[in-house]
Amino acid sequence: MSNMIATVPTFPLARECPIDPPSWYADIREAGGPRLVRMFDGKPTWVFTRYNDVRAILGDNRFTTVPSTPNYPMLSEAREAVLGLPPTLIRMDPPEHSRLRRMLTREFMVKRINLMRPYILGIINERYDAIAAKGGQIDLMEDFALPVTSTVIAELLGVPKADHAFFQTQTRRRMMLDVGAEIPVRASKEVLAYFDKIVAEKEADPHAQDDLISRLIIEQVEPGHMTRDELVIHADFLTLAGHETTANQIGLGVLNFLENPDQKALLVADPTLVNGAVEEILRYNTIVQFNGPRVALEDIDVAGHVVKKGEAVFALIFAANRDPDVFACPHQFDITRNADAHVAFSFGVHQCLGQPLARAELQLVFSTIFGRFPNLRLAVPFSDLVFNKDHVVYGLKAVPVLL
Amino acid sequence: MRIELFPERCIGVGQCVLAAPDVFDQDEEDGIVFMIHEKVPVERRNAVLAAARLCPTVAIVVHDD
Repeated sequence: MSNMIATVPTFPLARECPIDPPSWYADIREAGGPRLVRMFDGKPTWVFTRYNDVRAILGDNRFTTVPSTPNYPMLSEAREAVLGLPPTLIRMDPPEHSRLRRMLTREFMVKRINLMRPYILGIINERYDAIAAKGGQIDLMEDFALPVTSTVIAELLGVPKADHAFFQTQTRRRMMLDVGAEIPVRASKEVLAYFDKIVAEKEADPHAQDDLISRLIIEQVEPGHMTRDELVIHADFLTLAGHETTANQIGLGVLNFLENPDQKALLVADPTLVNGAVEEILRYNTIVQFNGPRVALEDIDVAGHVVKKGEAVFALIFAANRDPDVFACPHQFDITRNADAHVAFSFGVHQCLGQPLARAELQLVFSTIFGRFPNLRLAVPFSDLVFNKDHVVYGLKAVPVLL
Repeated sequence: MRIELFPERCIGVGQCVLAAPDVFDQDEEDGIVFMIHEKVPVERRNAVLAAARLCPTVAIVVHDD
């Protein structure tokens, strides 16, 4: 550790254990203030790990999220290439961000998503029946979590469900850290070409179907509030953000319960714990593991440390969600704690737009799965599980189980 | 307890609606926060404070006057 503090490490650092953040985050927190790291290209960046500092940075619009800003911290060559593509709203600052975000807010508001719950539960039950009928060893990611989340987002956007396999393959290519520029950029362009075709089909008769893309054509593109290119890249973005993330939380959440049978017993005995359990799953796993990168647009004092204009920072939500000053015994998975104030969906103007949908899906899965499959168990030893360490969105490559 | 809303800051993620569903709602058209009733009973204070604390853009401010 002393060696690590003395030298300037390259970010990101590897985890010692697949469930917890690198212990180095706690070392920084205890030492006080931020720590200087270098990115893969040698650029310096400040890493913040305390909950209050992370919230302060993410809630402050004087920190920009625009990747073309000089010094913007890039995780790898692959990420730099992907972030060089035309930006979605998560890579824009207000007021550009606010303009696009407001066009999408209504689609994901709590009461609209709640109306989808019976539909979502129907999809979940269909997949339960399918895996029960299949029998033997099941991969909960491929056979359950990904089909559920991708069917729901496809239905919402009005994208053919038959194209799921294409998305899943391309999504994973786009999120890899260490594959060079070509693979993720080619995958991104192929998916954008696909959405360009989908949008063209819907433009021919936007009143034919009532779905998110058709509504945006009618309400935003035709009156000139949103360009056609903006619609294409955001349809892609919502599909990508809407299925992989929640599917990974389902896979990791099931693992959390299997590794903590006392917590599983609590949930099964009292299903009203499910909402709190879902917040704890979100906090504990914080799958967007390297969020959030920012650059200071002026000198900004963060808890006594002045980040100079033009300097880069990482306000690490995963570290914040394991801050013992806010979450007692942070490395314990405890569904009875109040985890509501976690920052797994980030904080500030970029907090996740789709969080009501993610919550609905996770609450419906975790209020039913252990009742439907009381003997659900891992089919392989924990040490054989493979985690997406090399992806910007953390998760399990597969969750092999027996029912 | 006086509640001040800053709708121009609201990003419509609905944290307040989850924390205090009897106090806050979202506009059908744009998803922006509004208060269901002008007066909020004092026993809902904790729920309102939770909504203010969870709001990612500080669009809800609670005054003690």
